[in-house]
Amino acid sequence: MKAARRSDGWAVRGCVAAAALLAVYPSNRLAAQDTSAIDRGVRIGIIYRPGVRPGLVVLPGPAPALDSARVIIARDLDYSDRFELITLPGGDSIRFSGAASSPVGRPPTGGRAGGGGAAAGLNYPLYQALGADFAVGIALAADTTVLAVHDVAAGGVRREFRAVLPPLKDPGFRMAVHRLADHVLEATLGTGGIAATRILFVMDGKVYVIDQDGADRQLVSSSDHQAMSPAWAPDGRRFAYMEFWAGHGQLFTQPVGSGKRQPVATTGQALDFTPAFSPDGKTLAFSRATEEGTDIYTVNVKDNCCLQRLTVGRFSDNLSPTYSPDGQRVAFVSTRPGLPQIYVMAADGTDQQLFAPFDYGVTGSSNAPDWSPDGQSVAFHRDVGGTLQVFVLDVRTRAVRQLTSLGRNEDPTWAPDSRHVAFVSDRSGYRQLWIIDLETGRIRPLLQQSGARLPAWSPRIPETASSTP
Amino acid sequence: MKRLSLLLLGGIVVVAVAACGGGAPPQPPTPQQNVDSIARAEKERQDSIDAAAAAARAREEAERQRQQRIADSLAAMGKTTEAVRTMLATMIHFDYDKSNIRSEDASILDQKVAILQANPNLRIRISGHCDERGSDEYNLALGNRRATASKQYVVSHGIDAGRIETVSYGEERPLAQGHDEAAWAQNRRDEFEIIAGGDALRQP
Repeated sequence: MKAARRSDGWAVRGCVAAAALLAVYPSNRLAAQDTSAIDRGVRIGIIYRPGVRPGLVVLPGPAPALDSARVIIARDLDYSDRFELITLPGGDSIRFSGAASSPVGRPPTGGRAGGGGAAAGLNYPLYQALGADFAVGIALAADTTVLAVHDVAAGGVRREFRAVLPPLKDPGFRMAVHRLADHVLEATLGTGGIAATRILFVMDGKVYVIDQDGADRQLVSSSDHQAMSPAWAPDGRRFAYMEFWAGHGQLFTQPVGSGKRQPVATTGQALDFTPAFSPDGKTLAFSRATEEGTDIYTVNVKDNCCLQRLTVGRFSDNLSPTYSPDGQRVAFVSTRPGLPQIYVMAADGTDQQLFAPFDYGVTGSSNAPDWSPDGQSVAFHRDVGGTLQVFVLDVRTRAVRQLTSLGRNEDPTWAPDSRHVAFVSDRSGYRQLWIIDLETGRIRPLLQQSGARLPAWSPRIPETASSTP
Repeated sequence: MKRLSLLLLGGIVVVAVAACGGGAPPQPPTPQQNVDSIARAEKERQDSIDAAAAAARAREEAERQRQQRIADSLAAMGKTTEAVRTMLATMIHFDYDKSNIRSEDASILDQKVAILQANPNLRIRISGHCDERGSDEYNLALGNRRATASKQYVVSHGIDAGRIETVSYGEERPLAQGHDEAAWAQNRRDEFEIIAGGDALRQP
């Protein structure tokens, strides 16, 4: 097996793989190999709960053109935190197993006839023995990529997806592959994934966007002015952000794919900041700091008009609005109890009340709320003993739980699956972006670069958004 | 009668001559006077030329002194402007997450009030800043409160509110780059900047 792993020849690998399969499959030693076969990976603070997460294997295939896609999909599925991802024993040595039809031992012929995916007669018992509930095969049929999701227990292909992927160098390639990964989640678990999403953030006063897997970072700021607080429009195509202009805060909306930005009407004469789109995309709520204090306003960004004021602070500041997904309510920060805390109001500014409970005189400042896309939670950060930690408020019960404790953690933003949260943490020694899965507690760095902050996780990116330049 | 008349005349003439005391024949007085006046005129003229020259010199001297005075006063004014500017730019500082003016900083603001009173055309901008410990976005609101606190102090001491702008940079423009209390204390501040009327500032 080791020799096979290090071998470079395709044919050699194939033969050895077949031999390996022959040797391995019927034996009872499979159990021992099973444990070594599951790649535990680099995971921090995970509690494994065997049997809870279905096992999934991404089948190797003979088409090198799809290697990139295969790696991206495998990583996306891993990052979904919904599967035990199984890597095959011997890695490459088993790559032809997908093409091998029963009986298992038959040496594969015609390596080009790729098709771990569509090929019938996948060695289901083997994969079941390895702990896989699902197997994902990717193959090429002419210029169409065929993604097959196998139900290992049922012993058949559950669903097949076909897509014409852009060329590897095309800027739309990665997003198209991410979409395939999300199809796997739909087919296996019936739920939407987060592979085809991106995250806006600020670094050195500029706005950047990066894929959720940490690849493909791009500058999207189009000026030298210092920028802050990027926020996605619900269509996943545009975003809003704030720039400092001669001491004032000017809000802009801009397509992610181009620098053709538009100033938001009525903003820029004062310090306007923390923009947040309403779920219908027509309204932008934001904070405006004047000599009277800071208050929350809305403006119609569809018609670029119609400023409305939602809060009247007088002796307190109100800022950082975030809409509930039904658009009916707005959570925000208010300093009316002295220190800033999380409040909520109707979208028209009425019925303002405390949202996240706090212990007066004990609980520290709470800031930066972000309402989850499923509407059930609001993430925010709170000062605990002089440093910031990420908390989650349960909207229904109003219970608050602390999500982080290591280092300083701030500015949480929800993924569209409402179970992943990106945030800023200095746990590694410097401030950078991290992603935590609330279900498993698994944490991974999004970007190994100091100074990244103010992240904003996109909705699921629509098909046309990534292909437009 | 005629003879008598001549005699009389001759006698008068003699008497008159005798009365004049004889000696040198009397010089015609007019030529004598002319010489004197010419000399006098000559002298007067010379004197007046001299006087005029002196006056001119004096005027020149005065002008020179005046120029010197202007130059000196301009220089002095420049120095004043610089001094006033420095005084005006003195920052004030805040406690963590606070926007109230510390008592020791009130005197700094009093100086600014005096400068603004002495220079009615002066307009300034106050910018509020925060340290890096708080929340990035909340700090924009906090910086705004800090700038507004200084403005309210100055306005409450009689300065027209229209002469003062306020802005906030939150924690975006730190003065000290460190990550300790010393740096944070420096960064929690209000800065004061002239936006108009700062060319020739009068000392209060």
